[in-house]
Amino acid sequence: MWRVISRPLTADSRMQSRWTDGRATSTVAAQIAKPNDRLTSFERLEIYNRMYWFRVLDSLYEDCPGLRAVLGDTKFIRLAEAYLVKYPSGSFTLRNLPGRLAHFIRTTPRHTRPHTALCHDLARFEWARVEVFDTASRPLFTIDDLLDVPPARQGKLKLALQPYLQLLRLDYPVDDFILAVKQREAQLLRGEASNAPTEQRRLREKKTKRPPRARTHVAVHRLDSQIYFKRLEPAAYRILTALRAGATLEQALATGIPRAKKSRSDWAAKVQGWFRNWMELGWLCRRE
Amino acid sequence: MPANKFNGYTDYGIGIGLRIPHYEHILSRKPSVDWFEIISENFMVDGGRPLEVLDQILAQYQVVQHGVAMYFGAAAGPNKEHLRRLKTLTKRTKTPWLTDHLCWGSVDGTFSHDLLPMPYTFAAAKQTAANIRQVRDTLEIPIAVENVSSYTEFHVSEMTEWEFLSEVVELADCGILLDVNNIYVSAKNHGFSAYDYIDNVPHHRVAQMHIAGHTKFEKYILDTHDHPVLDPVWKLYAHATKLCGVTATLLEWDDKIPSFDEVHNEALKANEFIAQAREAKIPVPQKISRTKIR
Repeated sequence: MWRVISRPLTADSRMQSRWTDGRATSTVAAQIAKPNDRLTSFERLEIYNRMYWFRVLDSLYEDCPGLRAVLGDTKFIRLAEAYLVKYPSGSFTLRNLPGRLAHFIRTTPRHTRPHTALCHDLARFEWARVEVFDTASRPLFTIDDLLDVPPARQGKLKLALQPYLQLLRLDYPVDDFILAVKQREAQLLRGEASNAPTEQRRLREKKTKRPPRARTHVAVHRLDSQIYFKRLEPAAYRILTALRAGATLEQALATGIPRAKKSRSDWAAKVQGWFRNWMELGWLCRRE
Repeated sequence: MPANKFNGYTDYGIGIGLRIPHYEHILSRKPSVDWFEIISENFMVDGGRPLEVLDQILAQYQVVQHGVAMYFGAAAGPNKEHLRRLKTLTKRTKTPWLTDHLCWGSVDGTFSHDLLPMPYTFAAAKQTAANIRQVRDTLEIPIAVENVSSYTEFHVSEMTEWEFLSEVVELADCGILLDVNNIYVSAKNHGFSAYDYIDNVPHHRVAQMHIAGHTKFEKYILDTHDHPVLDPVWKLYAHATKLCGVTATLLEWDDKIPSFDEVHNEALKANEFIAQAREAKIPVPQKISRTKIR
């Protein structure tokens, strides 16, 4: 039965009439399910076949507004269906459904051409938002924790980052793009409740402009249960990723700060500001 | 049953499902509600808003866990990681009993995210009962299994759905979450009497009841949980209450969710039938010995 209900639907969202070996699917269905006075065996299993695909496609559709905006609904559904055939859900929760979508886009680019690189960034970014939402947090690292460390040993300190914090190095500024997409969707929703058909049509026709390629570093984080994006300078991104990889404070700073581009005093003020900000945002936590 | 070993000897009254669109209303206005049912899987996470909201709810309300992905009917048995996460959550919620469905839904690690009907065979009943016992022994709380709505029947079935449900709960010595809307939907889809179903399950094992709305199509009924409860379902609920006694009751409303007040008021309509049942002074259902159906 599982093979029957998990087979992709036809273009008009019906169960396929031919089975994998060329037999009529109705013959296969008749061996499994009883017909009744209103529905054939095929029609009864088709209810489950349609419910399965509608459920998983709806879930991805909700999770990927950026990808939808770039590809359009038709191409997005084709991508989602191909992805779910290759990587059906392996988790008890639909939350994890987009977990391998970025990998799929990179390794199977035909569904996203000519925007594969942008789609890859969007899939990573949209998955980061899922991860940030409900990944664990740990007790905050505080000034008192820092003062407990003798000054001579502070350089050797290993700071931990909150498990939920997601650090992304992207080829496109998809953070701004997602905000624009969300804003447009909100306007469309509001428009549906109003009596201004001309305005609604104008909004529907006005697609969100695809972003130009530009190296972008972003932290996706949460504060008071809300998800936020924060742009990072490349040096700040390098410091944070080094800390996450287990580097000491000294090593992370050495990795992050470019040599001899600015005076040490310029960097000192800047880095101090970053750390102050990261502590205020609760990004630094105690090591386990 | 107001209180029995299958619902942790509680008398919870009328509850509603805890749903995201109502979070703000519940947390800010703190309405009086007997209890909330949570979908376990929505809170089997490591942190973030789901657990923050849950902790605030737990501070003020009684909560019962209801699962959608244990798949008691799975041939491979319960998933160990799933059980570990579920146990962590039960310790947090202190749910007096836990419910999930009499169904299957995953094959070789692939999940359908659906509640798929089982073939009603003696072998399947034995395997399912063993799975339920394993879950109960791990979680150390009473378990009640819910009958699902279904749209197909299998050639290999050896008994009716209510006989299968009875066989499973007797073998597992567990409770029943009697979903009267699901009984109505399946009865219409398969052409059996919903009253025969309710008359023939072990009433003393009913730990909880579900009521919900459904959608009628030309050739079948779909269990959509997006409507108020329809009259025939209320009648079935009244009948079930007469047989089982006043039981913890939960209204499910999962799609096109209206305001909190509308959902709660719909649930509270159950009070009318509960009052009738109390007036009738229904005796506590006696433990009945299982009819041999083999």
